[in-house]
Amino acid sequence: MSVKNLIIIGGGPAGLAAAKSAYDAGERDILILEREDKLGGILNQCIHNGFGLHTFKEELTGPEYAARYIDEVLERKIEYKLGTTVLSIDKNKRVTCANEQDGLLVYEAKAIILACGCRERPRGAINIAGCRAAGIFSAGTAQKLINIDGYMPGKEVVILGSGDIGLIMARRMTFQGAKVKAVVELMPYSSGLNRNIVQCLNDFDIPLMFSHTVVDIKGKGRVSSVVIAAVDDKLNPIKGTEQEIKCDTLLLSVGLLPENELSKMADVALSPITGGAIVDDDMMTEADGIFACGNVLHVHDLVDFVSEESEWAGRRAAAYIKGEKVNGEKVGIDAKDGVRYVVPQFVNKDGDELLKLKMRVGNVYKDVKLCVVCDGEEVYARKCRIVTPGEMETINLNEKQTRALKNCKQAVVCLKAVK
Amino acid sequence: MKKIVIIGAGVVGCSIARELSRYDAKITVLERANDVACGTTKANSGVVHGGFDAKPGSLKAKYNVLGNAMFDRLAKELDFPFRRNGAYVLCFDDTKWDGLKKLYDQGIENGVKDLRVVTGDEVREREPYVSKEVKGALWCPSSGIVSPYEMTIAYAENAAKNGVEFVFEKNVEKLVQTDGKIQVVCSDGDVYEGDVVVNCAGLHSDDLNNTICDKKYKIVPRKGEYMLLDKTSGYLTGTTLFQLPTAMGKGILVVPSVHGNILLGPTAVDIEDKECKDTTYDGLAEAFDKARITMPSLTKKTVITQFTGLRAHADAGDFVISFAKDGVPLYNLIGIESPGLTAAPAIAVQAAKDISAYLGLDANKAFDPIRKGIPCFATMTESERAEIIKKNPLYGRIVCRCEVVTEGEIVDSINRPVGAKDLDGVKRRTRAGMGRCQSGFCSERVMEIIARERGIDMTEVTKSGKGSEILVGRVE
Repeated sequence: MSVKNLIIIGGGPAGLAAAKSAYDAGERDILILEREDKLGGILNQCIHNGFGLHTFKEELTGPEYAARYIDEVLERKIEYKLGTTVLSIDKNKRVTCANEQDGLLVYEAKAIILACGCRERPRGAINIAGCRAAGIFSAGTAQKLINIDGYMPGKEVVILGSGDIGLIMARRMTFQGAKVKAVVELMPYSSGLNRNIVQCLNDFDIPLMFSHTVVDIKGKGRVSSVVIAAVDDKLNPIKGTEQEIKCDTLLLSVGLLPENELSKMADVALSPITGGAIVDDDMMTEADGIFACGNVLHVHDLVDFVSEESEWAGRRAAAYIKGEKVNGEKVGIDAKDGVRYVVPQFVNKDGDELLKLKMRVGNVYKDVKLCVVCDGEEVYARKCRIVTPGEMETINLNEKQTRALKNCKQAVVCLKAVK
Repeated sequence: MKKIVIIGAGVVGCSIARELSRYDAKITVLERANDVACGTTKANSGVVHGGFDAKPGSLKAKYNVLGNAMFDRLAKELDFPFRRNGAYVLCFDDTKWDGLKKLYDQGIENGVKDLRVVTGDEVREREPYVSKEVKGALWCPSSGIVSPYEMTIAYAENAAKNGVEFVFEKNVEKLVQTDGKIQVVCSDGDVYEGDVVVNCAGLHSDDLNNTICDKKYKIVPRKGEYMLLDKTSGYLTGTTLFQLPTAMGKGILVVPSVHGNILLGPTAVDIEDKECKDTTYDGLAEAFDKARITMPSLTKKTVITQFTGLRAHADAGDFVISFAKDGVPLYNLIGIESPGLTAAPAIAVQAAKDISAYLGLDANKAFDPIRKGIPCFATMTESERAEIIKKNPLYGRIVCRCEVVTEGEIVDSINRPVGAKDLDGVKRRTRAGMGRCQSGFCSERVMEIIARERGIDMTEVTKSGKGSEILVGRVE
C-alpha cells in the first residue's frame, strides 16, 4: 500500500488538465492512472481538426491538442502510469489498480479526481431489432479502427444518430472511399454541432434524415441492409414508411454515457439526468475528497470546455488537500423550463471564486433568454437566438451575480421566452 | 478401434462426447459452425429446470429430473458456473390455484423434491420486486441456473482432453449405410466413417435422420426472443420467475444469469427458417411487456442486448433418445428442446451406455473427469489477483473494462483445447464484450489478440465464423 496526495483516474484531456492545474496550485504528489498505453485519451483517435479554438485560439487536431497538455504534464514531471486499469475505489479513497509491470497496486489517496470519460451507447441499449451479424459498430470504435489501426470497417455505410462522432465518421469514411448512404436521426434535430453537419454532411451531399430510425438490420454473417422508418411524435416507427437501404455497415452514434462504474463503488451520488456525479462548484462529488471533471461528469461538446472545467477541478482538489476547501452550507441550483441540467448542482455559500455554470437544453428553442433566478429574482439573463441540445451553454457570473446566487436559498436556471 | 462420429457440438453432442470418452473408441465430433455451442445451446434461458413441467412418464420428465440431480457434481468436475437459485411459478389469478396444484402434483409424480405452494406475500418476501398482483406460486428450490455455453465448452474441453477429436466448419450433407457402418458425407466432399453415428444435429437432426432412415421426423424451429439487462439490475431477482401458463399464452421468464445479469423472455413463435436468428421489433416488445406482468418496475433503460434462440421442437412432442429403429447404427437425439439443457447430462450418460454396450467398448483407463476453467480475474480476491499477475503478467492487462477481463484470460481462451477462434468465441469463454458497452471498447483489442495468437491478419478475424469478417481491408 502506498500513499498519494492526489490520484487522477484517466490520462485524457480531463485528467491531463486537472494534473497540470493541481501542480500549478502547489500540489507535487500527483499520480495519473491511464488504462491505455498512451496519454491523451480519446483525442488520439480524433485526427480531424477543430480542437482548441477556445483554449489556444487556433485549430488543432485531437492529437495536437492532447500533445500540448501532455507536454505540460511532462515538463512538470508529474508521475503517470500507463496500461494501468483502476479496478476499484472506495469512499476512503483507497484505489486498487493493475498493470503488467507492477502487478496489483494499492494506494491510499488524500483526494481523487475522476477523469474517466464516457462510453458510447451500444445497439442493445436502443433495442434495434434484427440480425447480429458483423458490420455493426459504434462510431467511436470505427474511428479507432480507421485512425489508429488503419483498417476499414466497411464500404457502404448507414449511420444511425447524428452525434458529433457519427458526423465526423461520415466524412472520414467518405474520405477513405466508402459510400455513406444516409445519416438517420430519431429526433427532429441533431445532437451534434451545427458546424459538423455543414462540414461533414452537407459538403459531401450525405442525406440527413430527421425523425427516422432503424427498425431492422438484415444479413447473415455480415450486414447486408438496414430498414429505416419514419417515427411519430412519440418516437414510435410509423408502419408503411419502411425503406430498405443496402449497406454492409451500420455505425451507431446514439449518445454517450459518462462512465461511472468506479464512482458507484465509492458511493458517489449520481445525477439521473447527466449520468455523472452530483458536484459542488469545486467539482467535488458528495463523497468527501472525490472530484469529477470532463465527460465522466457530463458529456461535453468541445474539449476546450473539458480542459477548462478540469483545470478548475485540479486547482480545487489541490486546495482540498491543503485543507483550504470550504465545505459548509450549500445552495442548490435547479434546472427548469427547457434547461435539462446544470453543473454544478450545488454551490458553497462561502468561497470567493466566480461561478461558471454549464448546462444543456432539452429541445431546440428559438428567441429565448437563458436566466438565473435566485429566490424568484432574475439575477442573470442572456438572449439567445437559438439553443439546441447539441451545444453546451455556459453562464459566467460576475462578482455581484455570484454573490447573489451564494446568498439565496434556491437558485434556478431556466429559459424564458423573449417577447 | 471402433469409430464413433458425433454430429453436432451443442450441449447434447459435447456431453455425449465426454461421456463416451470414458470408453476406448475413436470419437470424432463434426460441427458445422466454427465453435461449440453455436446453435440452440447458446441462446436459451439457462435454467436448470426442477422437472414439474414435463408430462409424467415422458422422457422429458425422466431425464429432466435425472439431469437436474447431476449438476452440483458436474459443475465441480468441469468447473462451470451453476447455482441452485430456486424458481417460482407465479399465479396472478385467484381462480387459477388449481393450475398450480396440477403442476405440484405433476412434479411430485415426476420425483421433484421439496415443492411447495406458497402465498404471494411469501414470494415478495424473498423477491420484493415481484408484482403485487401475484396471488400465489409454486416454489421449486431445486431449480437452478447455468451458463449453457460455458457448460458446453467445459464438456467439450474435457472430451478433447480425453481424446475426442473436434472438427469444425464441417457441414454434413448426408448419411449412407455400408456394411453395417455409416459413411458421413460432408458438403466439402470429405467422408467420415462411423461404426456408430450419433445424431446431435439439433434443429437439423430431423434432416440428418431423414437422409438414411425410413422413419422420418420433423423439427419445427420455435423462435424465442430475449432481452438482457445490465448487472446493475441484478438486484431485481435472485430467483427464477415463471408465469403460470394461461389462456393468454405461454409465460415469459424473468431470470437471473449466473453472472448477475437479468434475462427477460422468451417469446414462442413457430417459424420455417432454421437459420433465422433475427430479433424483431414486435417480439422484443412482447418479451418486455409480458416480463412487466411479473415485475412492473422493469425499464428498458438497463437493457444491454437482445437475442433470439431457436428451440428444436419435434412434432412428436417428446425427446427421441435411441438407436434408429431400421437397424441403422445411428443413435438419434431428436427434439431435445426444453428441458434439454437440464436433461443433457443424463441423456449423455444414457447414450454412452447404449452405444458402448452396442459396440462392446472397454473402459478408457486414462479417462480424467476433471477440467479446470480459465481463471477468472473478475471474481478473484485482491491477493489472488496479485498472485496471478505475478505468475502471468498478461493478467495485469485489463482488456474488457465492463466485465474486467484480462489479456491473460483471452490468450488462454484461444490457446486451450477447443479454443476460441473469433470474437464471439472469446466472448463466450471469457465474457470480454459481454458487458454494458457491448464490446465498443474492447473488440479492437480482442481482434488484435486473436490475430496475434492465431497468426492471422486482422482482416481475417471474424465475429462468428466465415462470412462474418469484421474489417473489409486496410486504409489506403
